[in-house]
Amino acid sequence: MKLAVWTYEGPPHVGAMRVATGMKGLHYVLHAPQGDTYADLLFTMIERRGHRPPVTYTTFQSRDLGSDTADLFRSACEDAVARFSPEAIIVGASCTAELIQDDPGGMAEAMGLPVPVIALELPSYQRKENFGADETFYQIVRHLAVPCARSERPTCNILGPTGLGFRHRDDVTEITSLLADMGIEVNVTAPMGSRPSDIARLGAAHFNVLLYPETAEAAARWCEKELGQPFTRTVPMGVGATRDFVAEIRRLVPEATAPSEAGLRLPWYAASVDSTYLTGKRVFIFGDATHAIAAARIARDEMGFEVAGLGCYNREFARPLRQAAKEYGVVPLITDDYLELEAAIEAAQPEMILGTQMERHIGKRLGIPCAVISAPVHVQDFPARYSPVMGFEGANVIFDTWVHPLVMGLEEHLLHMFRDDFEFSDEAGASHHGTAAARPAAAERAPEPAAEPATGEVVWLDAAERELRKIPFFVRGKARRNTESFAAARGVAQISVDTLYEAKAHYAR
Amino acid sequence: MTAMPPARGCGNAPVLKERGQREVFCGLTGIIWLHRKMQDAFFLVVGSRTCAHLLQSAAGVMIFAEPRFATAILEETDLAGLADAQDELDREVARLLSRRPDIRQLFLVGSCPSEVIKLDLGKAAERLSARHAPHVRVLNYSGSGIETTFTEGEDACLAAMVPALPKTQARELLLVGALPDVVEDQALALLDGLGIGPVRCLPARRADDIPAIGPETVFALTQPFLGETHAALIRHGARHIAAPMPFGEEGTTAWLAAIAREFGVDAERFEAVTAAPRARARKAVEAATRTLSGKRIFFFPDSQLEIPLARFLTRECGMEAVEVGQPFIHSEIAGPDLALLPEGPVISEGQDVDRQIDRAREARADLTVCGLGLANPLEAEGLTTKWAIELVFTPVHFYEQAGDLAELFARPLRRRAALKLEAAE
Repeated sequence: MKLAVWTYEGPPHVGAMRVATGMKGLHYVLHAPQGDTYADLLFTMIERRGHRPPVTYTTFQSRDLGSDTADLFRSACEDAVARFSPEAIIVGASCTAELIQDDPGGMAEAMGLPVPVIALELPSYQRKENFGADETFYQIVRHLAVPCARSERPTCNILGPTGLGFRHRDDVTEITSLLADMGIEVNVTAPMGSRPSDIARLGAAHFNVLLYPETAEAAARWCEKELGQPFTRTVPMGVGATRDFVAEIRRLVPEATAPSEAGLRLPWYAASVDSTYLTGKRVFIFGDATHAIAAARIARDEMGFEVAGLGCYNREFARPLRQAAKEYGVVPLITDDYLELEAAIEAAQPEMILGTQMERHIGKRLGIPCAVISAPVHVQDFPARYSPVMGFEGANVIFDTWVHPLVMGLEEHLLHMFRDDFEFSDEAGASHHGTAAARPAAAERAPEPAAEPATGEVVWLDAAERELRKIPFFVRGKARRNTESFAAARGVAQISVDTLYEAKAHYAR
Repeated sequence: MTAMPPARGCGNAPVLKERGQREVFCGLTGIIWLHRKMQDAFFLVVGSRTCAHLLQSAAGVMIFAEPRFATAILEETDLAGLADAQDELDREVARLLSRRPDIRQLFLVGSCPSEVIKLDLGKAAERLSARHAPHVRVLNYSGSGIETTFTEGEDACLAAMVPALPKTQARELLLVGALPDVVEDQALALLDGLGIGPVRCLPARRADDIPAIGPETVFALTQPFLGETHAALIRHGARHIAAPMPFGEEGTTAWLAAIAREFGVDAERFEAVTAAPRARARKAVEAATRTLSGKRIFFFPDSQLEIPLARFLTRECGMEAVEVGQPFIHSEIAGPDLALLPEGPVISEGQDVDRQIDRAREARADLTVCGLGLANPLEAEGLTTKWAIELVFTPVHFYEQAGDLAELFARPLRRRAALKLEAAE
C-alpha cells in the first residue's frame, strides 16, 4: 500500500479513454463499477468537450456481483454497437473489474459483433495513465493498420496527440503547418481526430512524426518494424529542437524545403536588453519526461537560465531523463510523490518552477513563481486562444509564459529605485494580483520557524531586521535565508546590517 | 403553519424504475464535504489509483490545502496475500497518525477494490481503535461505487458512527446531516428561538461534541439521503420526526413546524420567531421567480435532493417538473416532499443513462439538472443545464439561503438569455 493525497497520473483505463475520446468512430466498452464514470468530467469539464466521451460503462453494483456481471458486459457491448454504430470497439476492465476476472476481451471476441473488437490488457495495479494511452493506441494500430502503397508525394503521420493532452490541439496545428511549409503533407494524425478507417491507411505515409513519446512510442516502433516507416526522435519543442527536428526530416526526405522562421520571435526577445535580468535565474523543472527534457534545453540554451533541478513523474522515461540531468549537472528526480518533490524544490531554492499544476501549488506555498509546462493541468491550461508549445509559434508562447510570472527586469529595477515609496510598501501588496496583500506576511513567515533549526541560534538585530524590511517582499524571503545560512556557515550568532550586506555580496552574481 | 398539499400530489404516483448504465459518482465523493465538517477527522480510503484520481478530480483545487483525506493505494503485492494487507494498513495508519497528531477520528473508507477482495476493514478498525485509544477512534464504512451513490457516502459514514454514540436518557433533539456551519448556526438559532433544546448535531464539528442517543431522543433529518442513518438511529431507540426537507420558505417552515409540534411550541411563538425570516425568504425567492416562473425542469438522478428541490421549484418558484430522477427513493423520508409535489412529472428511480438522455432530448426542458459529465454535452445540443453537484456544496438550506437556492437555478437561464453573439445587423 502506498499513501497518496494526489497522483500525477490516473489509472491506465483513463489513458485508454484519452485515446478513445481523441478518435472518432471508435467506442470503448469499459467493464467498471458504478462511479467510474467520474472520468467523463475530465473531458467535458477540463477539456470542455461538447460531447460525452465515447465510453459505455457497465456500472455494475454490488447486487450484480457473481455471474451477472458477465451478462451486463455482453449487453453493454451489444447496446453500444447498436446505439453508436462504431467502426471498431475497444474493450477492457477498470481496476475493480480486473479483480472479478470476467475477461472482457475474450467475451467480446466470442460475441461475433459486426465490428472489429480490440481487447485491452491494462494492469491497473502496476501501470498508470500514460501506459494505458500508449498501450491502447499500440493495440489499435496493431489490429487495424495494414501495409499499403506509399503516397506519391512525401507524406507523414503525426502520432501521439490524444484527448486531455497538454496543448495537443494547437501543437498539431503548428507542426502540420511547419510540415506543410517544408512541402510535406500529413497523411493521418492519430489518435486525435482519426477514425479506425484512417488507422488502416497509416502505411501510406513515408515516415512518422512521433510528437509525444509517452502516448505513441509503442505504435511508432510497431510501424517502423511492420510498415517500414522511420519515425522522428526529436520532439520539436523550443527553437533549437525545432531546428533539429527540421534537419532530421530533411535527412529522411531530401526534397523537403527549409521552413520559414519569419514568425519566430523568441531569439530576439531573449537577446533584447530587458531580458538581461533573466540571466542565470535558477529554475526547477518537473513534469512528464518529454516536456521536462525539452524545457531544460530551452531554459539553459534559449533563455539563459540555470537548471537547478530536473525531474519527471513517469518512470517509463527515467533513462532519457537521467541522461539529460547529467548534462545539466543536476541530480535527476524520478518520483510521483509530491512530498519528495516539494522537499527537493525547497532544498534547491530555485527562483522559478517549471512544472505541472501540482508544482504551481508547491510554488504558491513556497512563494516561488511558477509556469506550467506539462500535464496534469487544470482547466485554465486548455485555453481558448491559440497556444502551442511546439514549433516556432510554440517558442514564442513559451517565452511569454515563462517570463510572465517573473518580475520583469524593468519592473524589478523600478521597485528597487522606489522601494521606500508608499505604493510599494507591504500594505499596498504586490501589484494587480488581488490576493497579494495577504502574501508578503505569509511568504516571509514561512521560512522563519524552519530556517536552519539545526544550527539554531541566529538572531536578527533590530537594525538588520529593519534593513531587511526595505527589501521588496518577493525577494525578502530569499535574502533572509541566504543571510542566515551565510551567518550560520561562519558561526556568526547575531545578524547585523553588515552581515546582511556581506551576505548579499557573497551571493552576488 | 404547515404547507397545504396540492389537490393531487405525487405521493402515490407510479415510479419508473430503471436499470442500466448509471452516470453517477460513488460514495467516496462524500468525503470532500464531510472532512470539512468534521474538523478533527481524517478519511483514509483503501482503494486503487482510480479512487485517488476520483478524489483529486472531485476535490479540484482543494486537494492542495492540506486536506484531511488520502488514499492508501492497493498495489500488486497487497492483492497477492490478504494477511499482508492488514499489516500494510497498520503501518500506513501509524505513519499517518504520527504525522497528524491533531486527528481524533479516523475513518477507514472501503472502496470497490477493497470490497471485492473482501479486505476486512471492520476488523482493522477495531484493531486500530484498540491500538490508538484513547486519543484516536477508528471507524469504518464503505463509500464504494458498488454499494453507494454519491451522497449515500455521507449516509454510510453517519450510520457507522451511530452504534458508537454514547447513551443518554435525556430528551434531546438531534439534527442529522452535514450542513455548512453558517446554515447549521441559523437552524440552531431558530430552534433556540422556539425554546427547543438541547439540540445536538450529527456529525458534530469535533470529536468532543459527539451527541448521545437514547429512548428519549428525537431526530430530524436535514438531508434526504440518510436512509441507513435513519434506520440505525431507530434501531438504537431514537424516534424520527417526519418532515419535508428545509428548502425554501415553505420547506423550512414545514420542517420547523413538525419539530415545534413535537415539542409543543404554541402557534403564537412560532409565528413570532418565523414571521420575519419567512418574509425575507419569500422576498428573496421572488426575485428569481421572475426568471423561473412557467419554465419546465428535468432532473437527472444524482444526490437524492431532486424530489425536495423539485417541490421547492414547482411550489415556490412556479416551475413545472417534467421528470424528477433520483438514484434511490426512500419512501419514508421522501414521502412528505412527494406529497407536496404537484402531480404531473415522471418520478424515476435508478438510471439507464442513454435512455434518459433520449427522454431529456425529447422533453427539451427549459432547464436540465445533471452531472458534470452530461452538462456541457447537453449545452452543446442547445439545452440549458444546471450542474447538480453544486447543490451539495453550496449553502442552500433554511430561510436565509432560499433566495440563493432559487438563484442557482435562475442564473443559467438568465445567462442563456444574456449571451448574444450574432451580428447586430
